[in-house]
Amino acid sequence: MKYIVCVKQVPDTSGKVAVKEDGTMDRSKMATIINPDDLNAVEAALALKDRNPGAKVVAISMGPPPAAGMLHELLAMGCDEAVLVSGREFGGSDTFATSQILAGAIQHIGLDQDDIVFCGRQAIDGDTAQVGPQIAEKLDLPQVSYAADITPGDGKLTVKRILEDGYMTIELPTPCLVTCIKELNQPRYMTVKGILEFEQKPYTVLDYAALENEPLIEKDTIGLTGSPTNVFRSFSPPLKDAGITVEPTADGIRSMVETLSAKHII
Amino acid sequence: MSEYNCREIDQFRGVMVFCEQREGVLNPTSFELLSEGRKLADDLGTELTGLLLGSGVQGLAATLGGYGADTVYVVDDPLLEPYTTDAYTKVITEVVKEKKPEIVLLGATNLGRDLGPRCAARLHTGLTADVTHLDIEMTKYLDFLAEASNIDIENGNWDMENRGLKMTRPAFGGHLMATIICPRFRPQMSTVRPGVLERAPYDEAKAAAVKVVPLSVPLSDDDIRAKVTQVVHEAREIVDLIGADVIVSVGHGISKDIEGGIKLAEELADAFGGGVVGASRAVVDAGWLPSDRQVGQTGKTVRPHIYVALGISGAIQHKAGMQDSEYIIAVNTNPDAPIFETADYAIPGDLYKVVPMMIDALKKV
Amino acid sequence: MILNEKYTLMRKLYREFAETEFTDELLDRLEETGEFDWDIFHKIAEYGFTGVKIPTEYGGQGGDSLAYVLMIEEFARVSPVLSLYANTSNSLGAGPLLFCGTEEQKQKYLTPVAKGEKILVFSLTEPGAGSDAGSTLTTAVEDGDYYVLNGRKTFVSGAPIADYAIVYAKTDPTQRGSRGISMFILDLTLPGVTIGKPEHKMGIIGYPTSDLVLEDVRVHKSDLLGPLHKGFATAMKTLDGGRLGVAAQALGIAQGCLEEAMTYSKDRKQFGQPISRFQGISFSIAEMATEIEAARELIYSTAEKKDADDPEASKLCAMSKLFASEMANRVAYKAVQVFGGYGYIKEYKVERFYRDARITSIYEGTSEVQKMVISGSLLR
Repeated sequence: MKYIVCVKQVPDTSGKVAVKEDGTMDRSKMATIINPDDLNAVEAALALKDRNPGAKVVAISMGPPPAAGMLHELLAMGCDEAVLVSGREFGGSDTFATSQILAGAIQHIGLDQDDIVFCGRQAIDGDTAQVGPQIAEKLDLPQVSYAADITPGDGKLTVKRILEDGYMTIELPTPCLVTCIKELNQPRYMTVKGILEFEQKPYTVLDYAALENEPLIEKDTIGLTGSPTNVFRSFSPPLKDAGITVEPTADGIRSMVETLSAKHII
Repeated sequence: MSEYNCREIDQFRGVMVFCEQREGVLNPTSFELLSEGRKLADDLGTELTGLLLGSGVQGLAATLGGYGADTVYVVDDPLLEPYTTDAYTKVITEVVKEKKPEIVLLGATNLGRDLGPRCAARLHTGLTADVTHLDIEMTKYLDFLAEASNIDIENGNWDMENRGLKMTRPAFGGHLMATIICPRFRPQMSTVRPGVLERAPYDEAKAAAVKVVPLSVPLSDDDIRAKVTQVVHEAREIVDLIGADVIVSVGHGISKDIEGGIKLAEELADAFGGGVVGASRAVVDAGWLPSDRQVGQTGKTVRPHIYVALGISGAIQHKAGMQDSEYIIAVNTNPDAPIFETADYAIPGDLYKVVPMMIDALKKV
Repeated sequence: MILNEKYTLMRKLYREFAETEFTDELLDRLEETGEFDWDIFHKIAEYGFTGVKIPTEYGGQGGDSLAYVLMIEEFARVSPVLSLYANTSNSLGAGPLLFCGTEEQKQKYLTPVAKGEKILVFSLTEPGAGSDAGSTLTTAVEDGDYYVLNGRKTFVSGAPIADYAIVYAKTDPTQRGSRGISMFILDLTLPGVTIGKPEHKMGIIGYPTSDLVLEDVRVHKSDLLGPLHKGFATAMKTLDGGRLGVAAQALGIAQGCLEEAMTYSKDRKQFGQPISRFQGISFSIAEMATEIEAARELIYSTAEKKDADDPEASKLCAMSKLFASEMANRVAYKAVQVFGGYGYIKEYKVERFYRDARITSIYEGTSEVQKMVISGSLLR
């Protein structure tokens, strides 16, 4: 039995964001972190493994070689294996392209009847929440997104899926894919012992050559040029102006509120 | 009817909006999408269709006409209530394959974000998430850029004939904006952030004129692998300061009429659509509000969307707790109050006069 | 020193844990009540921090001295007192057991201590034997299968919350000074053991310290630790590791002070500009940072040399403690000065750091004792 967890290394957008002159983000100047929702996915898998020690947790990530550091952390947290999908051909992929590459890589690893794929709900760099469901579609797996509670059963899962105004309970058979939100759990820390031992765990890099013949990967819809969607323009929103002084009169206040409304601030 | 091929761009025509309903109630985002879809369809000179799925939902179709749909396709099936990813994906992709719209819009709601990517993957096309602005016409797009960016439009090399859908969305937590296109595949799909696009006024005549077309898509219990066993409604959790979107904090400036000042703050928070009342240290020390309301060095560090400081001078310990808020509005009688240095909107005035005016103005927008 | 990936990950782990779990609310509560917080101790134990430097076969994490030093530094950077919660088991507590415990003793005592199920403390100091630890008056007299212990230990860090203590007692009154002293593992539930009232301290509030009074306490011979009459050498060896821990604690305190001072000086405006623009402040910060970096290099390299059994290690441990603790006091003084009046107010972290820094140049050998050790080693 395997729990496969898809993780992404993202720039830390909680602090200051470095922007280049052309309006794109200067990733080289920003610290990277494990995408927060993905940590909840990792914890979900590790928690299931705690109940079922025979299971194996495999962390998989697509990204440039430095993403190895993040995978080492996940091994130190308790994952059993790590797989880095990395190749120039994959760079610049949109969610459609990314999900078929990851789906191909999961197929390459092998998906058994009782396996579960976990993803974070969304990544903080794109906030799309698309890759999870799209991997599920490519692998033809049933899915539950926004999971806030997971109860394993015999060949199935019972999942609490959060709605805007409540929740649904969903039952689905394995193999399946679940996207996790932060309400699901509190991710554990690494341990010193885990850090000292991570090098002894299996670590695999899958490059383009390794995945070239995976039927789920279409060669003409991956990477920057193949992706169905492209960035037409990117730009920074206008800088936060120096404060505006508002006349304390009905007119002054009305005009401020209208500006706020026009800018979709309210 | 020719074979469906997502690469044959010329074969696709029309704008389709997925109109989300749950338990017979339409999600208001659908109205925003139809209103926007109407403009896009007009720009393209094509039809706007609504796609409505559910069980016993035919009666909702006219409302969709009122917000701009020319035609509403209704797929009515007991298996479409409640929402399941499997059934909805199957029906929507079948309808799209049959009708071949060039644009498909969904709300970036909790369900739309579950459904959209699954549909786009099955239809083999791109999907842009959480869009806040849409354009077809280049002239309109350039007008938008002129307003929303620092891009030098005059000297840009623009293809004015470009009639692809330009989908603009925030990225990196709003630090960047990106306009996304989907040039090689159809339909062009996006999920649109709720509450951002403007809703057009309801048009009775259009509602009466809407063409309602029932469609049937074969659906069986076996199609639904992830089954819903229960749906529970819950009141929203009470949010504390740290999770709040809007915080209205009061400072020593309410000393004149403590209860009145706090009440005004609460009313202002409500007028912003719901928020929490916070306090400066002076207010907590004086016992006017409990300590869990305190913002600042010794209190909580908050970064809401909107922070309003009423009668707070802006001592460094207070600023430390709120200066990362997205938009800061400050009201203080002292025009030199340090709080104005961090404020986006500085209102030098008496909070007891200014706040009622703000509440008034907010009710009107 | 360039830390390799493993140590970098450890630092990240320690920092994340401290910044997440050592909440302001918890730190304020410790300060207000002065009481040991079992919840955070259990959390520290759950993640194995109580056994960072204890081998895995005894339930520890199998880390080395550098792994331990990094932990104490990062914990102290957020909370000097909570760094002690993870410290004792790794240094003074486990040290003697690791050096000379029998396999049976290690299994019995070390394993639960590594896992944080039991707390083991170290008691050497007596009312009349502080820096002069050789004048120990506590006695242990053989009686069949037992030793009967009598005496009074003082300033025993953690005594009120401990299960066991390592106790030093004179077993051969005919030998003078530090000779004729033996080590025992004392079960604090034994009849005749009295724990004193926790002291009211200047800092490190929330980790109780008290006297330990022994009146005809019968300790079984199986709890004699190491060779009879030769316990003092082990005490000194244990203190080497302990000194490195105190040095790391001082380093963390200084780092915390520096960061607080930097943030504040960029925020605080006087005469129309942030005070960080004034040379009086910016040079002070430059001095703090430089001293901290010097201490850090000394401590890390000493940790490596200690594990490599370098003959200089004992002297370097004393140097690390001497330099880092005195440095932390200087840095804390400057940090409070940067804050001005606010630095004197309890709401600001530097006030607490300032008080907490003070003990680092006192416990586990005062700065003066460190100089004795260093000069003794140089002028042998």
